[in-house]
Amino acid sequence: MSAPLVRTEELSGGYRPGTDALTGVTFAAEAGEVVAILGPNGGGKSTLFRALLGELPQRRGTVELAGRPAYVPQTERARLDFPVSALDVALMGAYGRTPWYRRLARADRAAARAALARVGLEAEAGERFGALSGGQRQRVLIARALVQDAPVLLLDEPLSGVDAPSAARIEALFEELRGEGRALLVATHDVRQARSWQRVLCLHGRQIAYGDPAAVLTPDVLQATYGAELVVLGDGSTAIAVEHHEH
Amino acid sequence: MLSDPITRRALFEVLILALALGPLGVWVLLHRQAYAAESMSHGLLPGLVLAALAGVPLVLGAAGGALLAAGAIALAARDERIRADLGVAVAVSALFGLGALLALAPEAPPRLEELLFGDLLGISGADLLAAAGLALAVCAALAAAHRPLALTAFDRGAAHALGARALHWETVLLVLLGVGTVAAAPGLGSLLLVALVIAPAAAALRVTRRLAPALALAAAIAAGAGFGGLALSYYADLAAGASVAMCAVAAPILTRLAT
Repeated sequence: MSAPLVRTEELSGGYRPGTDALTGVTFAAEAGEVVAILGPNGGGKSTLFRALLGELPQRRGTVELAGRPAYVPQTERARLDFPVSALDVALMGAYGRTPWYRRLARADRAAARAALARVGLEAEAGERFGALSGGQRQRVLIARALVQDAPVLLLDEPLSGVDAPSAARIEALFEELRGEGRALLVATHDVRQARSWQRVLCLHGRQIAYGDPAAVLTPDVLQATYGAELVVLGDGSTAIAVEHHEH
Repeated sequence: MLSDPITRRALFEVLILALALGPLGVWVLLHRQAYAAESMSHGLLPGLVLAALAGVPLVLGAAGGALLAAGAIALAARDERIRADLGVAVAVSALFGLGALLALAPEAPPRLEELLFGDLLGISGADLLAAAGLALAVCAALAAAHRPLALTAFDRGAAHALGARALHWETVLLVLLGVGTVAAAPGLGSLLLVALVIAPAAAALRVTRRLAPALALAAAIAAGAGFGGLALSYYADLAAGASVAMCAVAAPILTRLAT
């Protein structure tokens, strides 16, 4: 068994001293695994990401990462009126490794174009970011993370609200990234989709469960994760989490 | 007009300021800090008045006033019992009122008008040198901070993961705004200088959809407003600072009508 790319041990923390937004998270993700992070809004998905990114003001427990993770936020968090093209946004993935006094390397420009091609947006490289569709914008933000070339990618609801072609492209890309030996942590509300990935982490202010989808995604665990926000259909094999978007 | 040494010196001053304030304004708008720019320039009036009363260079008074304004704004904005914009409005109004009170005291020299609206044509060699030094420092800092400023303005939540701490770079921008304000205060005054920060940037962002051209265009529009304003002042015998401000404000109005 290879060493995990992400590992946490009793990870807890929050935004103010004495108030934990998330407690007791212990999990490990290996190379080639996609981990679905399930939970209601306010359940701790974003808090977990901020803890892994080293941005959580109050953090206890252990976090081990194979390298600096790349983060893909929800597309509506990015400014639509900002004067940048899709290529400019993808290039931002190279900013962290470029000293302020250096121009961006030619190799970084090539990497940004290649990343856009990978997400199917080579032709839109010169388009203004704010003029793209929601799904295309999401793919540009994923391209930016690809340019970072990180072993671990944290994706915040990347498939929520995107058009079908974009969703298909993103899911295919997840498979490619798995094949490259990266680990992906994907916050999602889609329980059915979570079943198709390798691991599931259920959060509701604390860790409810972690493991294989078949073992974790039981009606009891989903009920504990989502509470009143969950609708379980039929024999319990299909569950729908009711989405409430935060504004 | 250019044969007149007073106008020539004023033109140097306003062109140097344009070089810094135009691009600075683009970042201020992209970071949604237009209100901070307005607050900073108005809030430094007590510093200007005290410098005038003490007979020290106005740029020193502006620096002290900007520090005082920044401190008061930061304190007011952090008071969780009231809304941040309300706190800032109260702090700035109080500072502006204090400045007016000092300036209108019987023993104060009659220079309030100059402090509010600047004295572009009466700028001294020392003021010009100070403005040039500060403006060039702002330009250099903006060039060095281009990437983190872009990251934090475009996608604040992801900026840290991409290598830029949002709070750190937002503070840097406010400091540069303070420095730019100090540089412009003696020439354009507490009330008018904000026009050269905000208006050219608003016009540039309306005309171009790319960042680098917007930064260059804002500097060019600010320089054009400076030249046009001084020409208007020279030939129509109008107040120089106000003419520059009017030309600057005309730019976003014209671009709005044209696009």
